[in-house]
Amino acid sequence: MPAERDREPAPTTKAGRHPPAASAGGGRSAGRGRLANLWRLRGYLRPYAAEFGWLLVAALAGTGASLAVPLVVQRVVDGPVARREPGGLLSLGALVLVLGLVEALLIFVRRWMQSASSVGMEAALRADLYAHLLRLPTSFHDRWHSGQLLSRATSDLSVLRRFLSFGLFFLILNLVTYVAVVVLLIRLHPPLGLLVAASAVPLFLISRRFARHYHAASRRMQDQQGEVATLVEETALGLRTTKAYGRGPELAARFAGNARALHDIGVGKARLLARTSALFDLVPNGTLAVVLVTGVVLVSRGGLTVGALVAFVSLQLMLVWPVQSLGWIIANGQEAATAADRIREVLDTRPAIVDAPGALAPPRAGVRGRLTFEQVTFRYPDSGAPVLRGVDLTVAPGETLALVGATGCGKSTLLSLVPRLQEVTGGRITLDGHDLRDLRLSTLRRLVGVAFEEPTLFSMSVRENLTLGRPDAGEDEIHAALALAQAEFAYDLPWGLATRVGEQGLSLSGGQRQRLALARAVLGRPALLVLDDPLSALDVHTESLVEAALKRVLRDTTALLVVHRPSTIALADRVALLEQGRITAVGTHSDLLATVPAYRSVLSADPRPAAGAGVSS
Amino acid sequence: MTALGDRDTDRGDGTQPQRWRGVSTDPDADRSLAEDTSPAAVARLRVRSRALLRDLLRPHRRRLGLAVALLLAQNAAGMAGPYLVMLGIDRAAGPLRAGDPVPLVAVAAAFVVAAGIEYAARRGFLVLSARLGQAVLLDLRQRVYGHFLRLSVTFHERYTSGRMVSRLTSDLDSIGELVDGGIDSLVLAGLSIVSIAGVLLWLDLPLAAVTLLAFPPLLWLSRWFARASADAYRRTREAVALVIVHFVESLRGIRAVQAYRRERRNEAIFGVVNDDYRVASRQAFRLIATYSPGIKVIGNVTVAVVLCYGGLRVLDGETGVGVLAAFLLYLRRFFEPMQELSQFYNSLQSATAALEKLTGVLDERPSVPEPARPVPLPAEGRRGAVEFRSVTFGYRADAPILAGLDLTVPAGQTVALVGPTGAGKSTLAKLLARFHDPVTGTVTLDGVDLRDVADADLRAAVVLVTQENHLFTGTVAENIRFGRPDADDAAVRAAARAIGAHDFIAALPDGYDTQVHRRGGRLSAGQRQLVAFARAFLADPAVLILDEATSSLDVPTERLVQHALGTILRDRTALVIAHRLSTVETADRVLVLDGGRIVEDGPPERLIATGGRYAGLHRQWRNSLV
Repeated sequence: MPAERDREPAPTTKAGRHPPAASAGGGRSAGRGRLANLWRLRGYLRPYAAEFGWLLVAALAGTGASLAVPLVVQRVVDGPVARREPGGLLSLGALVLVLGLVEALLIFVRRWMQSASSVGMEAALRADLYAHLLRLPTSFHDRWHSGQLLSRATSDLSVLRRFLSFGLFFLILNLVTYVAVVVLLIRLHPPLGLLVAASAVPLFLISRRFARHYHAASRRMQDQQGEVATLVEETALGLRTTKAYGRGPELAARFAGNARALHDIGVGKARLLARTSALFDLVPNGTLAVVLVTGVVLVSRGGLTVGALVAFVSLQLMLVWPVQSLGWIIANGQEAATAADRIREVLDTRPAIVDAPGALAPPRAGVRGRLTFEQVTFRYPDSGAPVLRGVDLTVAPGETLALVGATGCGKSTLLSLVPRLQEVTGGRITLDGHDLRDLRLSTLRRLVGVAFEEPTLFSMSVRENLTLGRPDAGEDEIHAALALAQAEFAYDLPWGLATRVGEQGLSLSGGQRQRLALARAVLGRPALLVLDDPLSALDVHTESLVEAALKRVLRDTTALLVVHRPSTIALADRVALLEQGRITAVGTHSDLLATVPAYRSVLSADPRPAAGAGVSS
Repeated sequence: MTALGDRDTDRGDGTQPQRWRGVSTDPDADRSLAEDTSPAAVARLRVRSRALLRDLLRPHRRRLGLAVALLLAQNAAGMAGPYLVMLGIDRAAGPLRAGDPVPLVAVAAAFVVAAGIEYAARRGFLVLSARLGQAVLLDLRQRVYGHFLRLSVTFHERYTSGRMVSRLTSDLDSIGELVDGGIDSLVLAGLSIVSIAGVLLWLDLPLAAVTLLAFPPLLWLSRWFARASADAYRRTREAVALVIVHFVESLRGIRAVQAYRRERRNEAIFGVVNDDYRVASRQAFRLIATYSPGIKVIGNVTVAVVLCYGGLRVLDGETGVGVLAAFLLYLRRFFEPMQELSQFYNSLQSATAALEKLTGVLDERPSVPEPARPVPLPAEGRRGAVEFRSVTFGYRADAPILAGLDLTVPAGQTVALVGPTGAGKSTLAKLLARFHDPVTGTVTLDGVDLRDVADADLRAAVVLVTQENHLFTGTVAENIRFGRPDADDAAVRAAARAIGAHDFIAALPDGYDTQVHRRGGRLSAGQRQLVAFARAFLADPAVLILDEATSSLDVPTERLVQHALGTILRDRTALVIAHRLSTVETADRVLVLDGGRIVEDGPPERLIATGGRYAGLHRQWRNSLV
């Protein structure tokens, strides 16, 4: 399962038109490539580059101040204490005090600045990720579980934030501290200093091995977090179904399995970290033991003063923390690299449906609305059989054409091609002779009003939901649209049009939602209406009212409707029958009813069961 | 309160939250009931979340004890280092000069042993504490998830899926952060502070007394931080939940977002919630940015004071140079864990804020609770007799949807409900499926109040199919089997055949094994309804409720379903809500509902014959057919 998940995003990346040079899929296994994606996110640091520089300076100065303290202590022990000068003692004490205060002040400045820059970077990256996701085609969203995307926008980003604000910072700081301390140690006593320097070799080897293993583990962890998020979201969405069948225990068991996997990966990661972390403790301790023995021997032979040994050892103790924290920093760095991989997988997916160079933006008034499908084929990117296999169809300006076909024959898919939610894989669709791909996407989508088979309402006010595509719509327009869709009930909601609906608001019935979605589609008189079974959830009475109103609108609007019922077909001037991915018959309802048996079987309320009707897809 | 100031200035005109979010009909829409904003409620929640933490840790007491023991061993071994340095300098150099290497060898050997113990103990502890922490997380995750499943539909309608996702991901993540590195730094730092304090007292009492003067300011600073950060982190939890809610909802409605060129506006709105979260986080980070150096100041001042005072004491001959050196070394190790402790404290505050949110959920009592003493449904005789006895129900007290409804449905009868939107048809269906309990009155099944029926029994007996046909990730077969998990493949296929779904399923790329959410498994709304029907058929309940369950079907498919329904409904009680009266025509009895009351009741033919509301609807429907 995890292996499959690992592979799954890869085709997505390749599906982008310009696969990036250092592709997320390919670069992951190579040692250098492990950090490549992290490096590519450096742009988000840029606004804070100067700040980051100052931070480093502050941190280094702070470290310098804290490093200076043991040296002063040595002076105290070897100087005033040995020479019995209380005056010198106090002035050196004051120096220690000042150094200590400076250190703390510098830490404060650094952390204060960091708290703004790290969350700033996180927020900027999240906003970009979100904006990018909104532009990726629906085919991308069909393929990716939203939980995986969510975990990228939350868990992965906070891992990155932690790394950019602490891990990276301490990596640099601790390296500098290490080098500085070792240089001081070498100056204090070259042979012992070199001995301490040599302890870097095992540390390096341990780090390298640890980084490799930990990278793989954190990828598993973060993918599994995405799985858990997906399952939770799915549970939330399917809650009524789950309750209706009393399947809570089964879902809980399924969740337990996923949570257990998360637990196991977490424990595995901890094992890796424990082993390495303990080694990172052992190495400086071993070095300290050697230094102590050698130092005492040297002191006994008079080659070293007691003060120098004390200073040496206390300086060396300053290495304990940088080395100890190395395990944590590497772990953090590897997690950040994984997070960067996962985020780049999304950011590197190019929006497949974009404006062509020099795309046209015809004004609304100049659009007549002739919609033509020319040999249109469509195949979902990951499935073998095409859904549409050469659709030819023309909808004249002002005409209403109903699309009829058996359940699952591709009617909704065909509709989604008009606002370019999906892109044709062959042939072309033209509007007034222009290939849709030559029109500016925003213009096209302004010209086309859409209502889907499942009306989507967002957790916002009714007004916001209605004016989704036309934030500038006036009261009159809104009223007209609501009246047309028989959705005036919206005015009677507790707060009128300001009432919050959708998931976080008032729950509306299926029919109410559908009417609002219809009002949204007709608001602002689009040149082209694309309606997917727009009246399915309405009762007979409301349906006939809506139909009557819709008829008036459709008189001068080009419209393509998917309909399942004879009653709605009355709206249409002509009907087209979609079968096996092709249009097999076009004509008026009564003509087709009389001459095309397949049409009759799809639409007729005639209770005689027609042979093989309906359910072939 | 810079956070609030920023919020106001960052917001453009069009993106004011109230404008786009609209007014909720529920003033508490953003939190669970336990999360009142009053100080008393906040304090209560804090107490409750601490209790939850204790409860979570209770099964791991032995492991916790062992972890502490390992930690003690590690700590003792770690402590030995500076002490051995002191011994080496003060006691081994002299004898060595006199030609006696034994003390030095002894010190070196002790050092090696100590380092070995420290290694083993640290490794063991880290693994043990991670296991403990992960076990607690697992337990908590499952508890919260299980509780979400038990909570009623009413709760979920208010709480929303995005917030549920937020609780089970982001909040648990922040508890996980504490678990990841927190526990060892707390215990280790606490232990080393206590033990170093002991060593310091033992080394030189007056110097130690001076050191202990650092404690009052430390405590004062920590108290300030605790209060401020609890507030700050609580805000971050709420802010991140809104980010997640918005994120999830936008992606779920991506088709509408794109079709209506909603990208920019959504980005602006997301910008607001994202920025609120940024400001809240920054506020929290600034608190720790102040707290942590504050502790550093206290530590560094103490070092300077000890240095001067200790130096004077050495000058006066009251203590040795080695003692002063060791004292200063220990002092550094005394304040270093203080830094870690402040980091831990920070993680703890963040995790506690998350834990409070989870406690709020766990404290939420299911409004449709499992009966404490369930009454078994009668096993004998014909099953599925339903009775509503003066049932009143409304989501709000001032707007009853059903007012004193009485209805008796004998076992095996098929009842069709018709009536305008808002008449209470779906409410009736939900009450029978016990998604809600009536405000007054009772709903009984075979004479037993639904409130007394065990959930498993009820769900086996009553199934509600709505127009929301959720398919879970998995194969088509698994989705049908959702109706009866122990059904074999043959039974699954038989159900699909009976409902007329077999042909289309067989034509899918992998047939019954096609994954419904990917690779060619995209099912149309009608196909999903068919799968949902097959699922209900497989479940074989005594009472079947169909709420607009055929609305997306085309005519031939509906006809097939209609045909199948004839068989399916024959042996069971059925409540059918349909706008299309073809379904209604075959019912034994039709109820016309209006304003929460039954206004017509009788067999369809008779209602048509007598002429009334139903006759009118029927005529209209007839005319709508070709």
